[in-house]
Amino acid sequence: MHALLIAPFSDYEFMRRALASIVALSLGAAPIGVFLMLRRMSLIGDAMAHAILPGAAIGFLIAGLSLFALAGGGLIAGFVIALGAGAIARLTQLKEDASLAAFFLISLALGVTIVSMRGTNVDLLHFLFGSVLAVDNPTLLLIVAIASISLVILAMIWRPLVLECVDPGFLRSVSRAGGPAHIAFLALVVMNLVGGFLALGTLLAVGIMMLPAVTARFWARDISSMLAIACGSAVLSGYAGLLLSYHANLPSGPAVILVAGALYLLSVIVGPVGGLIWLRPPRRHLEA
Amino acid sequence: MLTRRLMTAALIAFTAVPALAQDKPAEKIKAVATFSILGDLVKNVGGDRVEVSTLVGPNGDAHVYSPTPADAQTISKAKIVFVNGLGLEGWMTRLVSAAGSKAVTVTATTGIKPLKMEDEAKPGHMITDPHAWQSVANARIYVANIRDGLIKADPAGKSVYEANAKDYLAKLTALEADVKAAIQKIPVERRRIITTHDAFGYFGSAYGMKFISPEGVSTESEASAKDVAKIIDQIRKEKIPAVFMENISDPRLMEQIARETGAKIGGTLYSDALSKADGPAATYIDMMRNNIRQFGAALIG
Repeated sequence: MHALLIAPFSDYEFMRRALASIVALSLGAAPIGVFLMLRRMSLIGDAMAHAILPGAAIGFLIAGLSLFALAGGGLIAGFVIALGAGAIARLTQLKEDASLAAFFLISLALGVTIVSMRGTNVDLLHFLFGSVLAVDNPTLLLIVAIASISLVILAMIWRPLVLECVDPGFLRSVSRAGGPAHIAFLALVVMNLVGGFLALGTLLAVGIMMLPAVTARFWARDISSMLAIACGSAVLSGYAGLLLSYHANLPSGPAVILVAGALYLLSVIVGPVGGLIWLRPPRRHLEA
Repeated sequence: MLTRRLMTAALIAFTAVPALAQDKPAEKIKAVATFSILGDLVKNVGGDRVEVSTLVGPNGDAHVYSPTPADAQTISKAKIVFVNGLGLEGWMTRLVSAAGSKAVTVTATTGIKPLKMEDEAKPGHMITDPHAWQSVANARIYVANIRDGLIKADPAGKSVYEANAKDYLAKLTALEADVKAAIQKIPVERRRIITTHDAFGYFGSAYGMKFISPEGVSTESEASAKDVAKIIDQIRKEKIPAVFMENISDPRLMEQIARETGAKIGGTLYSDALSKADGPAATYIDMMRNNIRQFGAALIG
């Protein structure tokens, strides 16, 4: 039992670092995923993944393989895309998801162009996106800092954020906090994704944000317990996924996400809130 | 309006003509080499008579390279094309025929005894190791093949090519002596390193060094936690003194492994591609000297 569950982490520092970074990422990103899901913005993470590419690429061109430059460039690009898409959605008849789709495609094309202008054909994506097995100190600090900032800001904008999820009309009638809260929230999304990409890779960053969130939907009705369950299932996926990767010799990022995916599918079936097994066949109409 | 346009045209014509005229008398032989190391060898043999373009430039990876239309154009204009052979450029024969080129194709490794290596994609499956240039003795064969190819394509330059090749072969002889001397300085039990890329098979067998590639960590697939744990165990058990990263693989994983095992992180080795002109490995000879310097720095003491 010890060899199965604990030894991989006590024997190898890289496993401890991987676990620590996944726990930090889970605490920061999973709550954000819950809010994204409640606001029907679940696919924004994937779009953002492509959107940050030109920023990170420009950072790479200017300063080379420095975490600070990559993160800075990615953050700026992410903010520009998020705010630009938001502004266009507000000023024209286009919906936010549609303008985001347009923006991320432009951004992706720009990113690929910049990457190839570099002249070498080495896969820059390889550098731009990290691996969970190769987390060094600055990277770990970056993830932990992002998770801490996220939690503090989430606590600060908690009330308007929750209100906007459940009753945006009411929020607008009683307060002007909705706009700033929305912007702060988008900033958190971008921050968590950028940090996650650079440190752990695209798949892991988006997966840990969204899968535990949609899993939690099947276990709780109120937002607070949903957040707790999302964080818990994210941490559990990270731990189990790393063990799976270690024992079954699978690539680590996908292993973590597969565990999270399995938890989701399980919840779809047995989750107490709207799970499939609780579905009752429609009762027959009363007949005379 | 018309006159102004005419004047512009005339102006362009006049400025263009002298430029063309200057190029005329030299009329260099256009040669294409598939990657930067081969290109450097061709440059040294061809000298001023040959204009060499390389398809995969400095720091590029010939294994995963995909040709562009501009490359096809370069090839269609070339009189002679140099390839490494031994399976390095799977894309090359298609590219030459697709470009409609009538160029002579010279395989630089003709006459070299190939080594086998494990296929990165299919473990346990042996394929021909294409990185023959990592042994200086093989580089001498490259040079002879390049010389003969150039003479065939441009018989008028025979004496120039022969003289250039002779000079360069002398430099290679000196280089090989230096490589052997540098390896001799490293204690026998410390002549072992781990590196991400398996390009040093010929170097290892020619000069007696053991290059261990971390299993499962290739440029193509993501490593599993088990792979990394295996490498760490291997380094601890066999007391491998140094870990080297390559200029074309993800360095972060190797840094993590070195941190964890206490093995020294070596400097940058160049194996498949030269560095840019201002880098430490701008030519083949610089590359080999850079590599032995790095081996010495990490393994002695």
